[in-house]
Amino acid sequence: MGISHRISRRDFCRVGAAAAATAALPLPAFAQAAARVVVIGGGFGGASCARALKQIDPKLQVTLVEQSRTFTACPFSNNVVAGLRSIEQQQFGYDKIAASGVTVVVQAATAVDATARTVGLADGTSLPYDRLVLSPGIDLRFDVLQGYDEAAAAKMPHAWKAGEQTLLLRKQLEAMDDGGLVVVAAPANPYRCPPGPYERACLIAYYLKTKKPRSKLLILDAKDTFSKQRLFQNAWKELYPGMVEWVSLSQGGKVNGVDAATNTLITDFGNHTAQVANVIPPQRAGRIAMIAGATDKTGWCAIDPVTFESKSAPNIHVIGDACLAGSMPKSAFTANSQAKVCAHAIAALLSGRSPAAPKLINTCYSLAAPDYGISIAGVYQPKNGLLADVEGAGGVSPLDVPRDFRAREAHYAQTWFATITAEVFG
Amino acid sequence: MKGLRIAIAAAAVAAWYQPLLAASDPPPGAASCSGCHSTGTTAFSISRLYGRDAEDITKAMAGFRDGSLPATVMNRIAKGFTDEESRAIAAWLAAQK
Repeated sequence: MGISHRISRRDFCRVGAAAAATAALPLPAFAQAAARVVVIGGGFGGASCARALKQIDPKLQVTLVEQSRTFTACPFSNNVVAGLRSIEQQQFGYDKIAASGVTVVVQAATAVDATARTVGLADGTSLPYDRLVLSPGIDLRFDVLQGYDEAAAAKMPHAWKAGEQTLLLRKQLEAMDDGGLVVVAAPANPYRCPPGPYERACLIAYYLKTKKPRSKLLILDAKDTFSKQRLFQNAWKELYPGMVEWVSLSQGGKVNGVDAATNTLITDFGNHTAQVANVIPPQRAGRIAMIAGATDKTGWCAIDPVTFESKSAPNIHVIGDACLAGSMPKSAFTANSQAKVCAHAIAALLSGRSPAAPKLINTCYSLAAPDYGISIAGVYQPKNGLLADVEGAGGVSPLDVPRDFRAREAHYAQTWFATITAEVFG
Repeated sequence: MKGLRIAIAAAAVAAWYQPLLAASDPPPGAASCSGCHSTGTTAFSISRLYGRDAEDITKAMAGFRDGSLPATVMNRIAKGFTDEESRAIAAWLAAQK
């Protein structure tokens, strides 16, 4: 099957005819028809899920709806910011997914009718489904930090969706004079990639140390604690002494607003004018999740921890960054783990079986320097309606180990990226 | 004679069971392994687990769990699984191609 900008007329007629036949026939005939699963979002969650569904049951009609022809991965995009990697190395296409039997529709999904079980597309056509998977990732909130809207983001990049924004931040760092101040503003929990802002601080510091050693990097944080904290703080001391400063919430680190005209970040304790300002704003589930009625008042999606079915929208499953998965952090590894569990659960539900309680794993690497890797891992299982840590498992890399241990974890980080992108897109 | 018959029967059961196991739902945790351990033919340095001997995988998991095998991250992950869960994961991985 190929990638189409829109569903071909023939496919669309076939879908229409099938739907009409389904309506006219008694139930047993319906049970024999190939079930239709639509997946919205072609990132680590959605692309993995579409592919896994087709692999589990080749008879399923699986459609992946994604508005972009090329996926730009966030993991390792901090290396692009620091000039250590090209953006092309972050980019993947959907040809192999289409070749595996998934119908790839390159369009934006604009509507979901949970009662009629249809997805509306930007060109006005609609796709019927028996089960829908939403893996829309995040939307950045431009309504929380005063003055930080999309226009401000063109001056003070978030670079929290990989692509143009990543390259903009890199260009600003390259254009900055030695001795400049770089500010990274980190949001409160929950958000995509909890250790991401601190890895970014490390790799920007690596760039500054190499190219602009009189510069400083300030992290303004809306939190008092963060992922892999001791490991990052040790790395700052060890690798970038005197260069990186972290200002916690209780020290006045929370950014309330910005003045994009002067590149100023505003906190309760004072203003910071930066040469380069990287503002990572609060986030919520991608917009289609709200349209589908799958978000709650937090802006994220509550799910059943066995099937990933939405707690508010039946027959709609939510995976990846958009869902509230208890203790599971919002990472690419998590999205991929959830995608496979969700695919098996959907295959079971469609054949009338009840899915078994799963266990899921997350492993997440960060680089403090190109040859200095640290990791966090966790094992999760359903408990009291959420995904909870399996006690005694998981945790972060040890604090006191020789540098070759860090070098090995940096190597594993690279290997992980090659493996997971090959599994999903290769 | 009787021993041979049992052996043939056991082999027949195994031959019948392997494809069924391969196609069965992965036991809890097993679907996550391929996030790091390649299932493809590309030679990455993190070991491929599909088709590996089940006993080897079970032993490795036990070694990571009790600390007798050196590890960077597998020690932290293995502690999330019991011996029985590890055996089920190992059998399923071994049955995959």
